[in-house]
Amino acid sequence: MEILVCVKRVPDTSENEIEINKDGSDIIRDDLVYSVNEWDNYAVEEAIQIRDKVGGSVTVVSVGDDDAEEVLRREMAMGADSGVLLRDDAFNGSDGKGIAAILKAEIEKGKYDLILCGAQADDGAGQVGGMVAAMLDYPYASLVNKIEADGDKIKVGREIEGGNQEMSEIDMPCVLSIQTGINEPRYVGIRGIRKVASVDIPVHGVGDLGIDAATVGQAGAKVRRLDYFVPELGEGAEILEGGTDDIIEELIRRLKEKGGIK
Amino acid sequence: MAGQIFAYIVHKEGKADDTALELLAAAKKIDAGASVNAIVVGPDAVCNEVAAAYNEVWKIASDTYPNAEVIRRALANILPKDAIVLVTHDTFGMDLCPGLSVKLDSAFVADVMDFEGIDGTNLKIIRQEYSGMVSTHVHCDISGGAVINVRPGSFQPEEGGAGGSVVDKTGDAGDLSETTRRFLEVVEAEAGDVDITKSEILVSVGRGIEDQDNLEMIQELAEAVGGDVSCSRPIVDAKWLEKSRQVGTSGQTVKPKVYLALGISGSFQHMGGIKGNPYIVAVNKNAKAPIFQFADVGVVTDILEFIPELAEKIQEAK
Repeated sequence: MEILVCVKRVPDTSENEIEINKDGSDIIRDDLVYSVNEWDNYAVEEAIQIRDKVGGSVTVVSVGDDDAEEVLRREMAMGADSGVLLRDDAFNGSDGKGIAAILKAEIEKGKYDLILCGAQADDGAGQVGGMVAAMLDYPYASLVNKIEADGDKIKVGREIEGGNQEMSEIDMPCVLSIQTGINEPRYVGIRGIRKVASVDIPVHGVGDLGIDAATVGQAGAKVRRLDYFVPELGEGAEILEGGTDDIIEELIRRLKEKGGIK
Repeated sequence: MAGQIFAYIVHKEGKADDTALELLAAAKKIDAGASVNAIVVGPDAVCNEVAAAYNEVWKIASDTYPNAEVIRRALANILPKDAIVLVTHDTFGMDLCPGLSVKLDSAFVADVMDFEGIDGTNLKIIRQEYSGMVSTHVHCDISGGAVINVRPGSFQPEEGGAGGSVVDKTGDAGDLSETTRRFLEVVEAEAGDVDITKSEILVSVGRGIEDQDNLEMIQELAEAVGGDVSCSRPIVDAKWLEKSRQVGTSGQTVKPKVYLALGISGSFQHMGGIKGNPYIVAVNKNAKAPIFQFADVGVVTDILEFIPELAEKIQEAK
């Protein structure tokens, strides 16, 4: 099975406090720790497991700048067979549809049976997979937390409300967005990264992909982020301050009052 | 001017979802004077229920499990190209909408929390990024229509009172049979050893616990207060606790009296599983964690140091 996995390099929110710069035009990126989007990492692990079971290959692809290459190498160190970077100044400022159009062009250059992406990334939109599928007229399932590959059909489970799972049969080629928890992504050591350090990662731009630059990037975007801000909230939590002993004493008092200690 | 606004109504067991009237409120926030239409793919009972609030109800008669692929095709057949389509940001809406916007060739914005009016052809939208740590203003060009996923609970339900009529669009919707994606079954979540939906005190742990071995301190605190251990999603993803212990829209809906959120950031998916307005205590080392917006009382500190001390003091005080 030929599998393509779309990955994104993002600030790691478990490692960083996200703060906004003075004029709200961007988050402060100077000291951010970046990593592969968590959902995408599950998608790559799933692709590797399917390949190891039924044969084929796993390609990882990212739309990004030169730094995105480190994420592709990390996923290759995990076990992906090859990587492709989609980079062009014309891609800057793309909205979800722009990114999907770029990925669609790359997908059409290959012959993939299965296209995986993470269920969402740093912007929380969860949009690109469904758009790519619709652009290609491929079937799509989102929030997938189970895949059983068998011949030219696969069975997928979607996570739905209440911890229930919606099972469907889906024809290939198809696009699936992968939910966290579907597997346990393997650890990547520094030695694994070194092994793939010199592997060539081709870079494709508008010319290679046959994309009209006016349809992607800022030019083609119908959706634009104007700024970042920290919302003015209601009262929020009353923050207990002081020494640990005082805080604990106060907290215990309140817990008792509210029935929080039996 | 903006195109016709439609609200897609999710329903279950013959009743419209709570978000049906939230979407009406969302539509009125876009345009206070708008006549808003509802779309119901399903039974007459749901159509009649929402007709009381909406201008018109566009009905596609169906008694099968809602397959997003089939419904996407049907909606693309009946909706005008410049329609503003509002859909709840839940697991169905997420499945349906990005592709629907491609088929309608319209703009798409996910997980919207608020609208701030229309500026020319741009709808001004508020949403969040980075797991709710920051908010953004977004401009969405709606001149060619838009598909918008609205976060549940973001708008106060609007009673409406339009008293509209039901218009049967089934004939225009095209073939409603399943093609390339075929529904098989819903596998119900497995019951766990403890039913946290019945717990009065929940000691809930999140990513801040860092290591499986540290769960012991959470268990000890739960024993000290006489509560049960629950958790947020990353703990289940890591397989450290059973899925039945997960609080959130994709886990259990709980209604305790007191909820201790320990090392939990407070994503809306997590908070969506907490009902009944409990007294929420948040302990998190990140002062900017969204959980502090929801909690009644908070402590900004590392749970790994704080929890053992708290558990010990509670034991002593007994």
